[in-house]
Amino acid sequence: MRDPNRANRYPLRRRQVVEHLVTDMDDLLVVAGLGAPTWDATAAGDRDLTCPLWGAMGGTAMIGLGLALARPDRRVLVVTGDGDMLMGLGSLATVALQRPANLSVVVLDNERYGETGMQATHTAGPTDLAAVAHACGFEQAATLHDEEELDRATPAILEGEGPLFFAVKVRAEAPPLVLPPRDGAHLKDRFRMALIGTE
Amino acid sequence: MTDSPPTWPADIHAALKALGVRHVPCVPDAGHARLIELCRNDDEMRVVPLTTEEEGVAMLAGSWLGGRRGVLLMQSSGIGNCVNMFSTVRVGRYPLLTLIAMRGQWGEANPWQMPMGRNAAAILELSGFQVLGLDDAGMAAETVSAGGRTAFEANEMVAVLVSQRLIGSKAFAPTEDG
Ligand SMILES: Cc1ncc(C[n+]2csc(CCOP(=O)(O)OP(=O)(O)O)c2C)c(N)n1
Repeated sequence: MRDPNRANRYPLRRRQVVEHLVTDMDDLLVVAGLGAPTWDATAAGDRDLTCPLWGAMGGTAMIGLGLALARPDRRVLVVTGDGDMLMGLGSLATVALQRPANLSVVVLDNERYGETGMQATHTAGPTDLAAVAHACGFEQAATLHDEEELDRATPAILEGEGPLFFAVKVRAEAPPLVLPPRDGAHLKDRFRMALIGTE
Repeated sequence: MTDSPPTWPADIHAALKALGVRHVPCVPDAGHARLIELCRNDDEMRVVPLTTEEEGVAMLAGSWLGGRRGVLLMQSSGIGNCVNMFSTVRVGRYPLLTLIAMRGQWGEANPWQMPMGRNAAAILELSGFQVLGLDDAGMAAETVSAGGRTAFEANEMVAVLVSQRLIGSKAFAPTEDG
């Protein structure tokens, strides 16, 4: 029997996972999915080269794809939630078909819709996101359960040949909100200014 | 009249090229078939097949973040798949140029195409688009260039509705079969 509360005991903590991936990676281009992943990315540093989303549910991986195809010279990291990824499952097929070598998709899989009251997502049930990604054509797709697995996967996430997909099982918890600016136009303009020197 | 293929798809392709469009996400429509082929054969363009049109809306926001221009090709039914993602473009003042092959208009024989076809322009306008109609093959390049300029230079959402009259309506059965 699957334990519906197992995610309450997962050892990895979402804030540490994001901090671990982003800290000191000044050149990394980050797209953060709506809700908690955006708060996590902001807690790791309100950086110009992070595009934090306050909406666009289901679109985070595709924003990452557009960016990765536009800038093949830079590593793009998509950090998002399992709820967001489930809404855009088709995008895994679209990304895999393009084979962007510089794109890594990391899903913080707490098996919950955290932002809306911790309702169980499909990954609390039978759905295995890494298996979906693999079946869509991601040659490297895996689920990470603890610090040792995360450490072992980190070089691939930050430098490996993409597209890469990792579902990181993180504890179902709601750390304090750390909010980025809300104005989407400002977030876009500062990103472009930092990356290409123009609005 | 000869049966030589129409030149408006090539005119649109040339206009897109002049605008610097590189990314071409799309869900195919018969009305865009020739244009998609021209983009596929263009080494400077990247056609990105989507599983649903909203992916293209999100993708082009990412393309713009990285400094690339794109165009989303879809048929009118696809508008309905995009509505929430249009909010991201609007709130972020991202440019968005989309060329929409219309169904549910001139001589439509599939009743399932009617609701989205009828509502296309209204939904787009409610979502914040400038909507440009394209009924006349001779205006294709001009319309796409004007739309592109507004999208990429004024950071606007612009939809060009390619009329079914221009594309031709799809036949499902010879009339003698009823
Ligand atoms: C189209 C749409 N549907 C529903 C919502 C409401 N909503 C906001 S955040 C969220 C849950 C996101 O869950 P997940 O991606 O797993 O992130 P978590 O907070 O669990 O890390 C939902 C359903 C929304 N913003 N947009």
